[in-house]
Amino acid sequence: MLIKLVGGKVYDPANNENGVIRDIFVQDGCIVSRPHDHSRIDETYDLNGKIVMAGAIDLHTHIGGGKVNIARAMLPEDHRQDILERSNLTRSCCGRAAPSTLATGYRYTEMGYTACFEPAVLPINARQAHMEMGDTPIVDKGGYALLGNDDFFLRMMAANEDQQLINDYVAWTLHAAKCIGIKVVNPGGISAFKFNQRKLDVDEEHSYYRLTPRQILKTLTRALHDLGVPHPLHVHASNLGVPGSDDSTLITMGAAEGLPIHITHIQFHSYGTEGDYKFSSGAARIAEAINKNSNVSVDVGQIMFGQTVTASGDNMSQHRNAHHANPKKWVVMDIECDAGCGVVPFKYRDKNFVNALQWAIGLEIFLLVQDPWRIFLTTDHPNGAPFTSYPHLIKLLMDKSFRKSVLSTIHADAIKMTTLGSIEREYSLYEIAIMTRAAPAKILGLSGHGHIGVGANADIVVYHTNDDPEIMFAKPLYVFKRGELVAKDGAIVKITLGDIHIVKPEFDGAIEKRLRAYFERYHTVNLDNFKISDDELSECGNGSRMTIHPCNKRPS
Amino acid sequence: MNKLASRNNITCPFCGLVCDDLSTSLINEKLEVTANGCSLSKLAFAQLSSVNASDLRPRVSGKPVGDNELGHAIAEAAGLLRGSAQPLFSGLMTDVSGMRAITSLADRCGAILDHPNSAALTRNLSVLQNSGWITTTFSEVKNRADLIVLVGTDAVTRFPRFFERLVWNKDHLFSEELKREIVYLGDIKNTQPGVAPNGRQPLVIPCNQEKLGEIMGALRCIATGKHIEATEIAGVSIQVLEKLISKLSNARYGVIVWAVADLDFPHAELTIQSLCELVKYLNKTTRTCGLPLGGNDSDLTANQVTTWQIGFSLPVSLANGRPSYDPHHFTTTSLLAQGAVDTLLWVSSYQAQRTPPATKIPSIVLGCAGMQFENEPDVFIPVATPGLDHSGHIFRSDTVVALPLRQLRTNSLPAVAHVIGALQKLL
Repeated sequence: MLIKLVGGKVYDPANNENGVIRDIFVQDGCIVSRPHDHSRIDETYDLNGKIVMAGAIDLHTHIGGGKVNIARAMLPEDHRQDILERSNLTRSCCGRAAPSTLATGYRYTEMGYTACFEPAVLPINARQAHMEMGDTPIVDKGGYALLGNDDFFLRMMAANEDQQLINDYVAWTLHAAKCIGIKVVNPGGISAFKFNQRKLDVDEEHSYYRLTPRQILKTLTRALHDLGVPHPLHVHASNLGVPGSDDSTLITMGAAEGLPIHITHIQFHSYGTEGDYKFSSGAARIAEAINKNSNVSVDVGQIMFGQTVTASGDNMSQHRNAHHANPKKWVVMDIECDAGCGVVPFKYRDKNFVNALQWAIGLEIFLLVQDPWRIFLTTDHPNGAPFTSYPHLIKLLMDKSFRKSVLSTIHADAIKMTTLGSIEREYSLYEIAIMTRAAPAKILGLSGHGHIGVGANADIVVYHTNDDPEIMFAKPLYVFKRGELVAKDGAIVKITLGDIHIVKPEFDGAIEKRLRAYFERYHTVNLDNFKISDDELSECGNGSRMTIHPCNKRPS
Repeated sequence: MNKLASRNNITCPFCGLVCDDLSTSLINEKLEVTANGCSLSKLAFAQLSSVNASDLRPRVSGKPVGDNELGHAIAEAAGLLRGSAQPLFSGLMTDVSGMRAITSLADRCGAILDHPNSAALTRNLSVLQNSGWITTTFSEVKNRADLIVLVGTDAVTRFPRFFERLVWNKDHLFSEELKREIVYLGDIKNTQPGVAPNGRQPLVIPCNQEKLGEIMGALRCIATGKHIEATEIAGVSIQVLEKLISKLSNARYGVIVWAVADLDFPHAELTIQSLCELVKYLNKTTRTCGLPLGGNDSDLTANQVTTWQIGFSLPVSLANGRPSYDPHHFTTTSLLAQGAVDTLLWVSSYQAQRTPPATKIPSIVLGCAGMQFENEPDVFIPVATPGLDHSGHIFRSDTVVALPLRQLRTNSLPAVAHVIGALQKLL
């Protein structure tokens, strides 16, 4: 099957193509070079006047696993506002703040997203996360395993074990949980909360293990570097939502000591303490630090006004913020000497000073960070807003007059506390293509994604040209997944099953002997039932194909 | 066909603890638990220990189909569903793959999905949906809990190895010796398992189950420093309740356990809510967590899959191609009583005694081999039991841990997912 896409305007930053008008050829799910003139073209799409990009990638979106399912069960009233009726192709389900797995797959695909990464896979809950991702149709998936609050790791750290052994444990976890990266959430803080500690600064000691978040960050960034895992440590920093978190976020960046580090939903960690409300924007300082430190990448976690739900592994912070719950219900869990979670519904309001400034802070960060290869477009779905708000967010970035008009409607005191009104920058289509395609593929080590050069997976999105980016990005004309047309004019036309992306770094298997003894003494599942085999991954994933990305182990 | 086979580290699907340390043997085609079995698992394994050849055949209108005529039974079932204006899929006692198939078929048929335990599920879910909770999981209890308060449950009747696996363990992560204190509150059947290995007796505070809500209210008053005029509540003296609050406030990691199935009285959800609000309040200064026990009859497994695929929890209607959640109207009992459904598909693959409720509407049963009926269903298809006849997955009480079930023997019984999948192809 040879498909020809004719004459589209291509934005492919990975291949330095900025609005190049060219043809694209697709065969067997991949992009191929121009075939011989006598080759039979099976299908032709005339893309004259259309805009072409690779499928978009969301590198931080809570789409599957225990806390997401708690959020779903908790919010029937929210689901009722967004019922997806059954069609000949799609099944009936619910969307909005905590969409079902089916709705998640449909809606991402309809928007031109072809890969989504679940950022908080508790290793003990990994099976469920993979089951949910397996029931999320069409898009490719992958997850980051949580470490840094599990007692096995903290005990190793407290006992001053060799970095090499810790590296083995990190690698073992990636194999066992079948993930593509490692995330740390509130380093040490989730564990500290179980000991009744209510805050943990970057240089503050965990009351039991006598370890600091800085030590944990240093050890884990080193481990991923040594193992050669493409994605650097994915860090949900200390002090989420706390005024003054801008300081600890800067310190967190420094804790990596120059090694690659990804700081996630940084908007929630960029708050100062100035002004009448003792709540101010730290965006300028944070952006300056990102601009200066090329080892740092971030995603924003933009908030949008309206109802959503926050679902996080950071039970310490979620418990602290639970009194903001709207509607007034929330869940906090301690989980299996492994991690924790907290689910708190939020309604961000434009006439609330703090919410209004949070909105402005996120946009300030987007606009003040100069290098679009190191900043990614996220709302930390659903924590800042549901992912379906991305087209609106893109418009805020691309259209300064629109941005200023929205700014003029938010809480008056928040307007005074933000520089947003004076920022003239507008993102170009090329920059949007970088931050939603080329850059996330690069930072995750996905060679077949995020570009439309020869050899890439044929995940291709075709947009109508439209002066309004929100309209343009909401409903692409065509979405191809592995060369198959899966959505047309914003509606699903074919259901496929995406891949699951993992890494399998090399390690010394001797670590398992220690883990086995530890599990037998302290855990309530057998070690062999903790680990997910390749076959089981396929079963959990509903038959999803596993794609293993290479790691380049470095001598430590 | 089956040779002698001993297996270790086998997962047991017969209660929400989902212990994964059983040993089993298969001798002369007879399956038996040889180590770490409890009363429930031994009984369940014994009932399913061997399958008579005559029980392998599906029946249509009470008549066994011929050899290799599973397809005929499935076609008959498909015919019933095709003619149904409003089918009900209930039972749902299966594994994750079975549930995946059932939700897909339910979508195709516009069925209502319900589990026979859904009234109990709803008691907990209504608390989650109205105010929420702070909870913990088994390994945290095992390693941290220094005070365990069991409210309205002895735990062991429904979860026999609760104390053995989570409480009286020798090794703890954070101290050489964890002195655990056990408190029972309510009308408790069996408090003996709460006696510590060193002989330390549990504190037992007896009261009527229906009065637990009042007790919870009084405990919250005491915790928040409000004055109570009465000298006793529900027959329990205020001093005893004050002592309990003092214990909870001073515990390093208190755990309050409830088993929703044991809180089976009108508006028990309000008792659970009050319990959960007490836990939340205690966490202003100390750490205390709730531990909900459930998951028997794979009810949480069914609910997990339904919730992630559809968005709503059980019971849910997919009639007219739209999901709709109404936990009070969509229960099996209520729908059958009102005549609101015209065909029943009942799935029960773990225990032969979990038969469908009596009904006059056409019914299809996917059940354990050897299941006995008062009223023979129109179509009966014996199916494999997950964890015995095929591998699969089941969720534990905490809904965090999904454990793999292993295949322990081979026979011709089809998995639920296989039958449902084949059925859907005919529609």
